[in-house]
Amino acid sequence: MILYVIRRLLLAIPIAIGVTIVCFSLIHLAPGDPLSTVLPDNATPEVVEEIRAAYGFDKPLPVQYLVWLGNVVSGDFGLSIQSRRPVLGDIVPAVQNTMILAFAAVLIGFPFGTILGAIAGYSQGSLTDKVVTAISITGVSVPHYWLGMVLVVIFAVNMGALPAMGMGPGGQSDFALNWAHLRHLLLPAITLSVIPAGIIARSVRATIADVRKKDFVSTLRAKGLSPAWVFLHVAKNAAPVVLAVCGLQFAQLLGGSILVETVFSWPGTGFLMNSAIFTRDLPVLQGTILVLSLFFVVINLLVDVLQTVFDPRIRRG
Amino acid sequence: MMSRSARQAATPAPEAPAMPQNRLVTVEDLNVRFLSRDGDVSILNGVNFTLDRGEVLCLLGESGSGKSVTLRALMRLLPGNARISGRLEVDGHDIAAMKERQLRPLRGSTVAMIFQEPMTALDPVFTIGQQITETLRAHKGLSGGAARKRALELLELVQIPNAPARLKAYPHELSGGLRQRAMIALALSCDPKLLLADEPTTALDATVQIQVLLLLRELQKELGMATVFVTHDIGVACEIADRVGVMYAGRLVEGADVGRIIKEPLHPYTSALMRSTVHAGMRGQVLDSIPGAPPDLAALPPGCAFAPRCQSARSLCVQDEPGSTSLPAGRTVRCHIHGAEAAWRTSPPLAE
Repeated sequence: MILYVIRRLLLAIPIAIGVTIVCFSLIHLAPGDPLSTVLPDNATPEVVEEIRAAYGFDKPLPVQYLVWLGNVVSGDFGLSIQSRRPVLGDIVPAVQNTMILAFAAVLIGFPFGTILGAIAGYSQGSLTDKVVTAISITGVSVPHYWLGMVLVVIFAVNMGALPAMGMGPGGQSDFALNWAHLRHLLLPAITLSVIPAGIIARSVRATIADVRKKDFVSTLRAKGLSPAWVFLHVAKNAAPVVLAVCGLQFAQLLGGSILVETVFSWPGTGFLMNSAIFTRDLPVLQGTILVLSLFFVVINLLVDVLQTVFDPRIRRG
Repeated sequence: MMSRSARQAATPAPEAPAMPQNRLVTVEDLNVRFLSRDGDVSILNGVNFTLDRGEVLCLLGESGSGKSVTLRALMRLLPGNARISGRLEVDGHDIAAMKERQLRPLRGSTVAMIFQEPMTALDPVFTIGQQITETLRAHKGLSGGAARKRALELLELVQIPNAPARLKAYPHELSGGLRQRAMIALALSCDPKLLLADEPTTALDATVQIQVLLLLRELQKELGMATVFVTHDIGVACEIADRVGVMYAGRLVEGADVGRIIKEPLHPYTSALMRSTVHAGMRGQVLDSIPGAPPDLAALPPGCAFAPRCQSARSLCVQDEPGSTSLPAGRTVRCHIHGAEAAWRTSPPLAE
């Protein structure tokens, strides 16, 4: 078990390095000069060269990468081209805000999706199953920015019950566990939870239906165990698959949603990236993408380790 | 209410046929249909047999003959689209009429089952110990410690070496033979009166097959539970059975004591089965296989289901379905040759 965890940890290192290379090169391969937006139109070529050198953009890419990586490892993500402040100072609060939103979406979407999927898996082929499948396909297919706007129109514009944008009253961007703040959280969290709920419902349904067809379920019935007890066995068998899907969805939620955060003016990573893209603020963009990708790696690692708790066969794998 | 019914059971009405004291299973005119969108399929068509306490019955037949369905019907462990009719009595319980909730206390305690493939029949993510103790807890109400102690005794009973460690093992950590022994331990955990074994040795290696078979025979003698043993292997049947029931196309075509059926099979299908079995001393002889394939249960031919493959078939056989004929020594057979010999003889032979 511990050996498995260590091996899995070591495997995560090359993945993380790969992530840094991909996110560094993607941005440098993209067309457009990062300095063009900050430099005045009448800047002389000498000034341009000077500033390029100051940011290190004149060196070959591999060198730029290594310098950047060295800085990142020591916690220095560079300076934002726009605000000239350390990038980390922008990323940390944005990540926090996105996390708040992601956790709220998880709390709403995961139980909903799991319960819905389990009910459908247990009534495969029945009307309930068809209704649940229809709901989850709708959930997956509806564009969430559109759903966000519809919710805003209904609850904010027409009913005036919930605020349409921002994190808290008066545009503050700190969070507290009170109704004034939770009101702001509700609409974006619901909007974000719909797709993961749909995806989870579908995979839980498929997994449960699959496990219920296994021979050992007959054995459990032949042993005279109650349906609730049999469900416990089915659930533990389904857990690794469901966990993997939930982990992926959670990582995706942590990545923030550019569209939803923009619709609701939620100052998270999606919001930050959106503005960084428009201003070609490469250090901010790079830093944010890197942090989010590393979240993905870490969460996948956690899921892999958690899976072994449910399925002993993985431990040897 | 309780006492009245008990008294009734103790003193049966004189006109009713006296029920033998040691009768455990009565199956009368058992029919099982599987409903499906493309039409219903009759899997069992009027199966009759009885089983006394401590007796071993082997159901013999090819795949699809309905032997496994018969077995599963005995604890109503059939898929949701199965419909059962007929009389199905185990230890005084009317299995066919009981509600699912009433069946639960019987399953795993009065009636227990051993499955063919122990790898898939055991839950892969629970230890052997957990899977045995949960049964003990459900039926005997044993506490954690007592259940573990009993589980350990059971593993020792089925001769699993190093039992304490195996209790903590997961199914994938055991060999096929040990897994099947664990499955047997699980089935025996609550002292069943009726043990149902669905080809318990088929999925095992040949050497392990014999070990498991001998263990089962030994345990059956020692614990004395009645057993219904499903197999397609006549050798296995000879080894363990008191009586043999031969099944074909959802019917019991012949039933007799194991010694008699081997010495003198009556039904042409039974004799054909015997001839198509490999055993020692047959080297150099031509092995007879039964021509053709078992019929499609969704479209059974009129008359005897075996007639298209039967060498003795005459036109009577393809017109009328033979009923069950009772013969001396408790034998039964469903064949015109034995039930309506005169009519069979006078009926014209089948044109090729």
